[in-house]
Amino acid sequence: MMRDYAIRYGFIVLLIGLIAYFASAADGFVSPQSAVFIFQSVAITGVLALGVTATLVVGGFDLSIGSVATSAMMAASYAMVVLEQNAIVAVIACLVIGVIVGLINGWLIVYMRVPDLLATLGMMFLLLGLQRIPTEGRSIATGMTMPDGSVANGKFSEAFLALGRHRIDFFIPSLIPVSVVVLVVLAVLIWFFLEYTRFGRMMYAVGSNERAAELAGAPVKAYKIWAYVISGVFASIGGILLAARLGRGDIASGNNLLLDAVAAALIGYAVLGAAKPNAFGTAVGAVFVGVLLQGLTMMNAPYYTQDFVKGAVLVVALVFTFALSGRGKR
Amino acid sequence: MGADAVFHVEGLRKSFGQNEVLGGISLELHSGEVTVLMGANGAGKSTLVKIVSGVYARGAGTMRLAGEVFDPQTPAEAIRAGVVTVHQNINDGVVADLDVATNLTLDRLSGKGASLLFKPANVRAEARAVADRMGLTIDLKARVSDLSLADRQMVAIARAMAHEPKVLILDEPTSSLSSAEADRLFSLIDRLRGHGVAILYISHRMSDIRRLADRIVSMRDGVISGAFDQKPLDYEGAVNAMLGRKIHLDRVVARSSARAVFTAESLQIAHGAKPISMTLGAGEVVAITGLVGVGKTALAETLFGVRRPLAGAMHMDGKPYAPGSAREAIAAGVFLVAKDRAESGIVDGFNIERNISLPFLKRMSSFGVMKKRAERAIARRQIDELGIVCRSEKDELSALSGGNQQKVMVARWMSQASRLFILDEPFQGVDISARRDIAAKLRASADGRATLIFVTEIDEALETADRILVMSEHTIVGEHRNADIDLDRLLAEVAGGPLHSVA
Repeated sequence: MMRDYAIRYGFIVLLIGLIAYFASAADGFVSPQSAVFIFQSVAITGVLALGVTATLVVGGFDLSIGSVATSAMMAASYAMVVLEQNAIVAVIACLVIGVIVGLINGWLIVYMRVPDLLATLGMMFLLLGLQRIPTEGRSIATGMTMPDGSVANGKFSEAFLALGRHRIDFFIPSLIPVSVVVLVVLAVLIWFFLEYTRFGRMMYAVGSNERAAELAGAPVKAYKIWAYVISGVFASIGGILLAARLGRGDIASGNNLLLDAVAAALIGYAVLGAAKPNAFGTAVGAVFVGVLLQGLTMMNAPYYTQDFVKGAVLVVALVFTFALSGRGKR
Repeated sequence: MGADAVFHVEGLRKSFGQNEVLGGISLELHSGEVTVLMGANGAGKSTLVKIVSGVYARGAGTMRLAGEVFDPQTPAEAIRAGVVTVHQNINDGVVADLDVATNLTLDRLSGKGASLLFKPANVRAEARAVADRMGLTIDLKARVSDLSLADRQMVAIARAMAHEPKVLILDEPTSSLSSAEADRLFSLIDRLRGHGVAILYISHRMSDIRRLADRIVSMRDGVISGAFDQKPLDYEGAVNAMLGRKIHLDRVVARSSARAVFTAESLQIAHGAKPISMTLGAGEVVAITGLVGVGKTALAETLFGVRRPLAGAMHMDGKPYAPGSAREAIAAGVFLVAKDRAESGIVDGFNIERNISLPFLKRMSSFGVMKKRAERAIARRQIDELGIVCRSEKDELSALSGGNQQKVMVARWMSQASRLFILDEPFQGVDISARRDIAAKLRASADGRATLIFVTEIDEALETADRILVMSEHTIVGEHRNADIDLDRLLAEVAGGPLHSVA
């Protein structure tokens, strides 16, 4: 019984304990601004993590989310700065990229029978290269010189930048950034989708026993492809937020997105003893990482210890999931 | 007899916990003879093989090989002593990514005293010698993963023979081979027999057995239930001893049906198989029985749309029925409780309620959102109806006994009305009381649909069905109304003589 409780609530208790510790040890940790900062710091990885959760649910994996996000960022920048389009066109271009990449990933995995890790690894490299081709490897910003010698005069529209910079009043004026709202809305959406709709239910069935799902009449291939489309679209939304925050198409940004997002989703396995991918756990996992990093930063821990801490948390979470809950037995 | 037996087993016993799997097996194998071992699922064949090949420790009894005590502690010891086993799963016997020559000499590469450096020329020469001895005509440079299943099987056997064993055990070697491929395997076995190897051949396929057997030993419920070595061999007696005939406490009162629900016309499910025609009526329970590997699952999957027939047509309620997927079959009212629930039925991590509702989520949701109350109500009703023993509908299936897990699978497909309800081996791994519950429920609810069950055990057919069809070699060879049945004729049909009399 003790063991059951430990598995079920262990990680939540750990999170609360961590917050309590930072609250006492770091001045100003408990404040609306600090909480908002934590959410803002994990908004983009959180969105990506929610997307990759969908592929984990059907028993797959998507390694291309990081480069989908940066490709979307470059595409949005290109659309506005070089092609001088408005925010709506830029957003639509990003979403289309997400859908197309998801469809290609799904097609490779389902019809070409490429193992999921390899297919999405290949896609990751392809996109990392592809996003550099239009500008011959340069970052995109207003006034940049194009390969043909002309100067790009377009600029990021105000509406687009608002996605990354505008803050909504919430008791305190200008408190909550739009990116945090996007994260919360998407988290609720995917949580509801996975837990309360028949499509989400069937995706879990596909991930657990594909043959049983097929014999129960599920179009297994379609479900798998949809999962990668969801992942692609979420990653491209992450890319939109990234572009809006930076205000330029920065070729060097987004390096940590993939690992951070995957870590959040895997930490999510341990939340409430789910021992399976789940949207709520993923969101908690993302916040957990955010709390930890914010707390350490406020306690003046050097920046280069961050990845070590994240990795350690992930390993502990995986031990929770596989060793303690006994799911790994068979 | 005993004098020339090279391998003796005396009073072998084995229990797993409370469960006695082998209850005193005695067996002799003779040089230059093929002894066929027959037994239904769960008879204890594989436990016996695992003890002889050194995987399991025996509980009691003795084994002697060529007069000496044979007591292997590990598979390697059994092989060194001269007892070699080729397991059912072909890929366990070969390394797919290496070429044939390396596979044939693999044990020497890893054995004691093996040279540190890999010398391709030596390997090839040695492999050539092994292949010649076996009459193997496979390209030694070919990669095993590029070979057909039959060729892989040959390589696995040839590799085993490189140890020059006194006893060779072949566990269902033809289960995934076509008949032409099997013929090549048989000539290899003939050759080994000529070399004086004692062969224990485990199979269900009557055609194999007729072709190869010098002796037949039947197993049932952990004991030898029959041994046959008088020529001509009594094949029907062997089948009878394997399937047995127990006293039937609950024989059914056979009903007959006037109204056809499902018809199959000249359905061909395998190359070279005779076409199948049958009619299933509303309200009747029909059992199709036959040995393992005669095409029962292939027929079930054809009716359920998972497999396409090679020829022929099907009709449901007079309308053409040609399902392209399980989804289409379900939409037409054809449901299947698939064989092997762990592999094709149970969704791990789903509780009873979610396992039951799985195929019918659309009917239990509006605009895609699950109606959890309706789902729970149906689960509770089904738990009640089938008498599933559990704490609540939230229990995970891993917490249930085999019989109750199977009840959940049946409950899943009985939670909605069907036109044709198919169950493939529904009593496998199910205790006697759960089996009775399921059979009684099937009969009680049979009105308004046709029910078709596929079973290997004749007893199960006799206890459940109004009508029994017999399958052999991918077609139906006999039909019996389950009243004053001529069991001898039924057994003869199961054993599948050279002359089929189609009823």
